[in-house]
Amino acid sequence: MEIVEQVKTESIPKNIPMNQDNVKISIQNLSAFFGKTQVLKNISIDISEKKVIAIIGPSGCGKSTFLRSINRMHEVARGTITGKIIFDGEDVMKIDPVFLRRKIGMVFQKPNPFPTMSVFNNVVAGLKLNGFRNRKALKEIVEKTLKQAALWDEVKDMMNKSGANLSGGQQQRLCIARTIAINPEVILMDEPASALDPISTAKIEELIFELKKDYTIIIVTHNMQQAARVSDYTAFFYMGELIEYADTKKMFTSPAKKQTEDYITGRFG
Amino acid sequence: MEIKSNVKKFTFYRRKTTNFVMLSFSLLAALVTLAPLIFIFYYTISKGIAHLNVDFFTKLPTPVGEAGGGMVNAIFGTLILIAIGGGIGIPVGVFTGTYLSEFGHNKFGYVVRFLTDVMSGVPSIVVGVVAYTLVVLPMKHFSALAGGVALAILMIPTITRTTEEMIKLVPHSYREAGLALGIPKWKTTLMIVLKTAWKGIATGILLGLSRAAGETAPLLFTALDNRFWSTNIFQPIASLTVYIYTYASSPYKDWNDQAWTAALVLIILISLLSLIFRIITRSKYKTTN
Repeated sequence: MEIVEQVKTESIPKNIPMNQDNVKISIQNLSAFFGKTQVLKNISIDISEKKVIAIIGPSGCGKSTFLRSINRMHEVARGTITGKIIFDGEDVMKIDPVFLRRKIGMVFQKPNPFPTMSVFNNVVAGLKLNGFRNRKALKEIVEKTLKQAALWDEVKDMMNKSGANLSGGQQQRLCIARTIAINPEVILMDEPASALDPISTAKIEELIFELKKDYTIIIVTHNMQQAARVSDYTAFFYMGELIEYADTKKMFTSPAKKQTEDYITGRFG
Repeated sequence: MEIKSNVKKFTFYRRKTTNFVMLSFSLLAALVTLAPLIFIFYYTISKGIAHLNVDFFTKLPTPVGEAGGGMVNAIFGTLILIAIGGGIGIPVGVFTGTYLSEFGHNKFGYVVRFLTDVMSGVPSIVVGVVAYTLVVLPMKHFSALAGGVALAILMIPTITRTTEEMIKLVPHSYREAGLALGIPKWKTTLMIVLKTAWKGIATGILLGLSRAAGETAPLLFTALDNRFWSTNIFQPIASLTVYIYTYASSPYKDWNDQAWTAALVLIILISLLSLIFRIITRSKYKTTN
């Protein structure tokens, strides 16, 4: 019995690309620490270009830390990492975090549009604050990105109103628009729908489906059904370790590890 | 349907009485707090209104015994002193507060915070002596500049601490959002964090300015007084507070009356300042949440 399980585990490759996808980000032996506490243990994952990768796992398993270390947002919370994260062939620790974050954008759990800015200015905040001031070009970018974020029709008449006046779901799509306005290559999403109602959640999921044509998306989620619906690949984290990383379909129909199966069938976590 | 209560009738009434007594006490305390303010307004308005006329705002003070005259030089002087004080105190205060909140989580920050608190407790007359030593002695004469420096020193602790507290109230998620957009930290701090906290900071600035505008003691050592019209900041300058002090303690009836008017004008001036500030910092958006 034991032997069978061992063989089964080893036959599953931990690293993707599984079908010769282009590797966008390659994470090698990543460990992360906050002070002396280790929150990620030796994680290695390859992330394919223009795919959606879902990270699932119980609370406190290091999902968010993993996501944040990719665009060095862990540094904001004074975390440290060892190991390597290679983005387009370059070590992210050698890239200026300001430039890195323009290439790898991030959407947070709670919608956080800037309260002192209008809808319009929220979308182009990243561009404007980095010195891009061509009014006409900005207008075009706002329309384009809001359409991409499926928000244009709802807000086109309230461009000059505060972003804080929108509903939660609209705010989150505004934040997604703000992220794609600076034209990143990768979008990190940290439980983007967990603060939203089912209808708004469905809209965000649809949006993710659209966005993966142009962007590589890594999404942390608590919602297993969501992971199954939106992602191409799924990684299961538990206690800071990567337990399993596989094609989403495979993961949810025949997981290789017992822990994964227990988690996705709701036996723990 | 009647809800059965386990609370005994006696306990119930005891609680009600306690509630009533405590509520009355709070109301009384609120009235006691308000009373001095009402008296101040009542006296300054009733006594000061008599001399409040166009002359007061356009004419220079007259010699003793000669009726009429105004305090245009003192009104202007007070404005100049606040402007110099604010010009130095606001940037220093706001930037120190920003530093403390965003970067000051270390020993140096702790020391600065502690010293700021100590500074806010230093008597204003001592601040006057400090400005006297720092500015008046090297320049060898009293000046509006020295007065402005003294007022700036007085404002800095208030502005610093309010700025720090207001910036701390800005949710961390806005900072993260800014940084995640590839906006450098200094720009995120300046254009997102400070902008979000701006309303609260403005209140702190206003408190600082109003306090400075009402100071007399430090000005006696620094800006001194000037019976004539002066716009030179390197020369002594008149101020409403010093005039109130001189006129109120003088033995002449019409000077005493004018002191009341000066007090009234000072209150009006500060209220106007407050109003203008509120209009400037009024947020463009009415947020629902």
